[in-house]
Amino acid sequence: MAIFRTTATKFKSPVNRKSLFPYLLLAPGLLYLAIFFLAPIATLGQMSTKTKNSDGVTYSQVFRFQNYIDAFLQSKEQFARSFLYGLLATILALAIAYPLAYGIAFKAGRFKNVLLVLIVAPFFTSFLLRTIAWKQILGEEGPVIKVFRALHIIGPTTSLTASAFAVVTGLTYNFLPFMTLPLYASLERIDPRTLEASGDLYANGFTTFRKVTVPLSMPGVVAGTLLTFIPAAGDYINAAILGNPDTKMLGNVIDARFFRIVDYPTAAALSFTLMAAILILVTIYIRRAGTEELV
Amino acid sequence: MAKDASTSAQGDLVLSNLTKSFGDFVAVDDLNLTIPQGKFFALLGPSGCGKTTTLRMIAGLEEPTNGKISIGNTDITYAKPYNRPVNTVFQNYALFPHLTIFENIAFGLRRRGIKDVDAQVKKVLELVELPHLADRKPNQLSGGQQQRIAVARAIVNRPALLLLDEPLGALDLKLRRQMQIELKWIQTEIGITFVHVTHDQEEAMTMADTIAVMNKGKIEQMGTPEELYDSPKSAYVANFLGQSNLIAGEVEGNDGENSIVNIKGNKVSVPKNRINSANKSVLVGVRPEKFRIVASGKNTSGNILNGGKVSDVSYTGVSTQYQVEMPWGQELMVFEQNDDNEPMLRKGELVTLSWEPVFTFALDGSENVRAGA
Ligand SMILES: Nc1ncnc2c1ncn2[C@@H]1O[C@H](COP(=O)(O)OP(=O)(O)OP(=O)(O)O)[C@@H](O)[C@H]1O
Ligand SMILES: [Mg+2]
Repeated sequence: MAIFRTTATKFKSPVNRKSLFPYLLLAPGLLYLAIFFLAPIATLGQMSTKTKNSDGVTYSQVFRFQNYIDAFLQSKEQFARSFLYGLLATILALAIAYPLAYGIAFKAGRFKNVLLVLIVAPFFTSFLLRTIAWKQILGEEGPVIKVFRALHIIGPTTSLTASAFAVVTGLTYNFLPFMTLPLYASLERIDPRTLEASGDLYANGFTTFRKVTVPLSMPGVVAGTLLTFIPAAGDYINAAILGNPDTKMLGNVIDARFFRIVDYPTAAALSFTLMAAILILVTIYIRRAGTEELV
Repeated sequence: MAKDASTSAQGDLVLSNLTKSFGDFVAVDDLNLTIPQGKFFALLGPSGCGKTTTLRMIAGLEEPTNGKISIGNTDITYAKPYNRPVNTVFQNYALFPHLTIFENIAFGLRRRGIKDVDAQVKKVLELVELPHLADRKPNQLSGGQQQRIAVARAIVNRPALLLLDEPLGALDLKLRRQMQIELKWIQTEIGITFVHVTHDQEEAMTMADTIAVMNKGKIEQMGTPEELYDSPKSAYVANFLGQSNLIAGEVEGNDGENSIVNIKGNKVSVPKNRINSANKSVLVGVRPEKFRIVASGKNTSGNILNGGKVSDVSYTGVSTQYQVEMPWGQELMVFEQNDDNEPMLRKGELVTLSWEPVFTFALDGSENVRAGA
């Protein structure tokens, strides 16, 4: 009878010196960030505390932090609207994307890949064009308004375009894929056997969804809501194309200050304020969602 | 314990004509069996023979293509998994990764609104000897620890029926033996029916009241461990449960309780009630440890086969394993206890094999000698 002897295969331990390789891998990305993110941010920061000289063209650095207060007080309505619309769009996108992602992950079978391609397909046409298309969809000749009127959801004279409704709809639509894909990824990762185990342990379908599926998909929910909320709150195209003067968001104010009124310091101060506000909100959100343990 | 009516079925588990097909492939083929309440039942069989599929149908995770499952008088064939008085220890544990060990175990209790969750979880954690891990997450446990938590998560519910799908596969030998004793103790203590799937035959033999040997979706033979070992009804079972020497012979006559079988000129006795063949040509079965082996020419008694030649010897500590080549070319396996001072026989030596007739069984001669080996 054969005698089995375990042959101790000795692997050569990796050369024990700090390899530069990881840094080399990081270098291009870091360089890119330094040139195209950090440098502009610094310039923007400098600009935010300058004032316009009397020639109306040049600016001088006077460290006028009052710029921030002025800018904020002038546009606090748009500021609030940015967050409100961003939040509404995020909630709506979550409500639409969750069942969608769930269906693709668990019920789609061999159509999974086709459906995923369809989710991304809109990106093949321009963002601007798709937003303009919503004007048609919601317009007087479009199908939506007819259905709404027929169901008496809105009166015969109310229109849907140039409204807060249109802006939020546009935002929801435009950022839906950013919600759907991370949700799908986290749902797809759930081991179906844990769902079976839940059923085996006396949880019915709904309880299993609440106690197992939802908690396990939290990383996707957090990623999706961030990827939707952050760009949605900073967006101005939807408000510009689908809104009216009363639905302007902070992005529209920044746009106007930069390119129409040419008031760089105010625009810069607003940009910073928006950035800081989003950052604070996101930090609180991630803390509360406690995703560190989940991902 | 609070239990609603649907989950309170008690009694024997009965599978009738249970069949499951995946497309053309029949994974479980017309299974009929009754598992008495409170018994330890082991389902033994090679990989892919349909053990997990059978358990999944009992648990309600797979719908049978045909047949019926009932516990006592309650038909549960199409009941939802959460409405069955059945819990499962999954082959791959399937612990909830987002919950602590404590909450994993408490899951079933909480779903049924049981009051003293704390005490019960703590008790079962003691039982599996992992109380210090209550606050960890499953991915912070070793495979063996996860397996024990999976057992704890199921038994804490004290179901009428516990299904265990190779629950000890990831444990080292020592821990495995310990858990076997533990499980057996739990089973007798709380008196619930265990259906234990394993491909470790020793595990099945030591733990089970009844063993069913499965092969290709069918049950080959069912009985107590002794029955299966001493009187296998097919070459498959003879080879799958332990090792067997199967030697072709012809039934030639009678001698009281025994039949006389001619094996290439050697006359041997086989108890009639251990002959499982309608044919004259049979396979005489002898377990390797039942043989006595002596140097050729020495005295011995019982059934005797002459003219063997030792072709291989290996010493394993408690026993010495010989391979003996018979005059007709067949290699026979002999395990000899190292409990005397007899010198070890050497390779090439001529030997005589003998054994007591009561240790013989016989199968139909048309069976494949190598089935299940
Ligand atoms: N969902 C399925 N679709 C198709 N075939 C399946 C499916 N589930 C199981 N089978 C097949 O059914 C057979 C029995 O599978 P099963 O999981 O019951 O085996 P098993 O006896 O538990 O094996 P093991 O000891 O390896 O766990 C296998 O051949 C397997 O390939
Ligand atoms: Mg299996």
